[in-house]
Amino acid sequence: MTALLSTTHLTMDFGGLRAVDEVNLEVRQQEIVALIGPNGAGKTTLFNCITGLYRPTSGDIFVQAPGAAPKRINGLKPNQVTALGLARTFQNIRLFPHMTVLENVMIGRHCRTTSNILGAVLKDRHTRREEQETVAFSYRLLEKVHLDRYVNELARNLPYGAQRRLEIARALATEPFLLLLDEPAAGMNPLETRELDDLITRIRNEMGIAILLIEHDMKLVMNISDRIFVMEYGKEIAVGTPLEIRSNPRVIEAYLGADSHA
Amino acid sequence: MTMRKLFTLDEIKKSLLVALWFMVLTFPILAVRVNPIYKVVEWRWHNLLMVGIGAFLLSFPWRYFQGHGKPPEKSAAAENQALKNSKILLWRRHPWVRLCAVVLATGLVLSFPFLFSSYQVNIMTTALIYVVLGLGLNIVVGLAGLLDLGYVAFYAVGAYSYALLHLHFGLSFWLCLPIGAGLAALFGILLGFPVLRLRGDYLAIVTLGFGEIIRLVLENWNEFSQGPSGISNIPRPGLPGIEMSLNASSIFLYFLMIALTLFTILVVSRLRDSRIGRAWLALREDEIACQAMGIDKTRTKLTAFALGATWAGMGGVMFAAKTTFINPASFTFLESAIILSIVVLGGMGSMLGVILSAFILILVPEYLRAFSEYRMLIFGAVLVIMMVFRPQGLISNVRHRYRFEGLKTPPEELG
Repeated sequence: MTALLSTTHLTMDFGGLRAVDEVNLEVRQQEIVALIGPNGAGKTTLFNCITGLYRPTSGDIFVQAPGAAPKRINGLKPNQVTALGLARTFQNIRLFPHMTVLENVMIGRHCRTTSNILGAVLKDRHTRREEQETVAFSYRLLEKVHLDRYVNELARNLPYGAQRRLEIARALATEPFLLLLDEPAAGMNPLETRELDDLITRIRNEMGIAILLIEHDMKLVMNISDRIFVMEYGKEIAVGTPLEIRSNPRVIEAYLGADSHA
Repeated sequence: MTMRKLFTLDEIKKSLLVALWFMVLTFPILAVRVNPIYKVVEWRWHNLLMVGIGAFLLSFPWRYFQGHGKPPEKSAAAENQALKNSKILLWRRHPWVRLCAVVLATGLVLSFPFLFSSYQVNIMTTALIYVVLGLGLNIVVGLAGLLDLGYVAFYAVGAYSYALLHLHFGLSFWLCLPIGAGLAALFGILLGFPVLRLRGDYLAIVTLGFGEIIRLVLENWNEFSQGPSGISNIPRPGLPGIEMSLNASSIFLYFLMIALTLFTILVVSRLRDSRIGRAWLALREDEIACQAMGIDKTRTKLTAFALGATWAGMGGVMFAAKTTFINPASFTFLESAIILSIVVLGGMGSMLGVILSAFILILVPEYLRAFSEYRMLIFGAVLVIMMVFRPQGLISNVRHRYRFEGLKTPPEELG
């Protein structure tokens, strides 16, 4: 199985602080990988490096779309990374609050559509058809995440859990092969978390999209992940299946403190 | 706040405080007058008394309307319901009402120059130029959310490209209209590049500087632009083979401006509802999320700057053709401020609002020439009152949203 995403010795410094330290991470096709670690371990920084918001200090990030040659994406702009087929959500929800739910998802279609200024002004056949396809595509995604009843609602009026799902739908609209979710279950109640669990598995199984997620909810992580990466102080301290990670002494130490492994 | 509640002891106390405060504020200006000839100070206590009484009385309606101006936060469902039930919107959707309005408006627009004097026609043409400028700036400020204080620079570029191209090469108005628009768009991109990383206040300052640079260059580079003395004898637009009297050509210009305005409305509204317009809105809402969703920030911002500038360029060519004389004094910061006020007063992003406020801001001062000394005072007061009672602009809440009405039928929009 080929790796869709792999980082080699990826390092990110902020002044004297090393937030990400020589991390080698790999996500393979159709895989759900969880990235866990205590607060401040550098998980979100790693996400930001991968998605182009930060330019890593050293190391490489390679992306290989299914059936394409691997491509080094260091220093690419966020929109270029998204165009390649990596889409993400944010830890603190970043929807477009004053746009409707449907419009939010339609924004995700931007990089897969082509109408230009002239087309928009003339409203030629290509533009009209593309616009209708955008609407239809976005609506179907909303159905998939069970948000179709909110279609004309402003995004900011949605309940919290629904906003999280809308962010996922918006990311899916860019037709990614790898979806990066930054704490998708944060602030959700147990019922919503279970629904999310179901949604993530469905995305992988039905759409064939690999998923890399940062999450603190251990039940969710252990439930759905194929493999787990554990980070602490910017370093990767363990990799393995949920079973292996559960019994890994270094992980227990990182989470519970050095004295409590008695 | 009901009427009865308005006159409680508490409210009267509040009003007394307001009156006192205004008396203190205006004391140095209205009460004290130094007579330098007789070297005495005149105390005009009656002025102060008038201010006090006036403030006391006015504070009641002020508070009354303020209490009414701020409805409680509505939930989304209620908001949608209100939007649906809103009589105005229902009326506007009715086909007969629409038809009547269109017929009436067309009749008025077509007959206007033949019913009124050429003075009125000229004023209307000026107002229409500002409508186009407002709609253009609305792309940059209202839709893309980039605060541009130097918009007048592009207006100047348009005006000077017609004036200079005619002066040196004898190019006609019809050729200069697209050239002026193109040059302004080019300058829009030139300004856009260095300010791509800036937002909000910083962007405002830099664009302000850019506007001043253009004006100062025009003022000081005598060999190029003839400096402060400006360029005169710019021809009015004509049709080949037809000689037009002064009156006829101003009517012709009026119709030209009507056509340009309609063209602007068509193009801008289509852009707004397109993929590009959505990208602008998203950029205004959240830049980082926008990029993460695959939108090229650089390109989107530059498009907004360039397209906004295009309309300023065309407005500039029209302006030069209308006045037949231009100099740098027509392109000061005040001009930028007025155009920005048009956009803000109209309601950011609302096209109808922008058109309405352009007419108000340009026509009202013209018709109130008798009070011209107080123009700036009234202007300021109107802005303050607007910001207190309708901070969202004349027309708000009607931003075009894509309304989804099922997959099979083509989606309709709510105006």
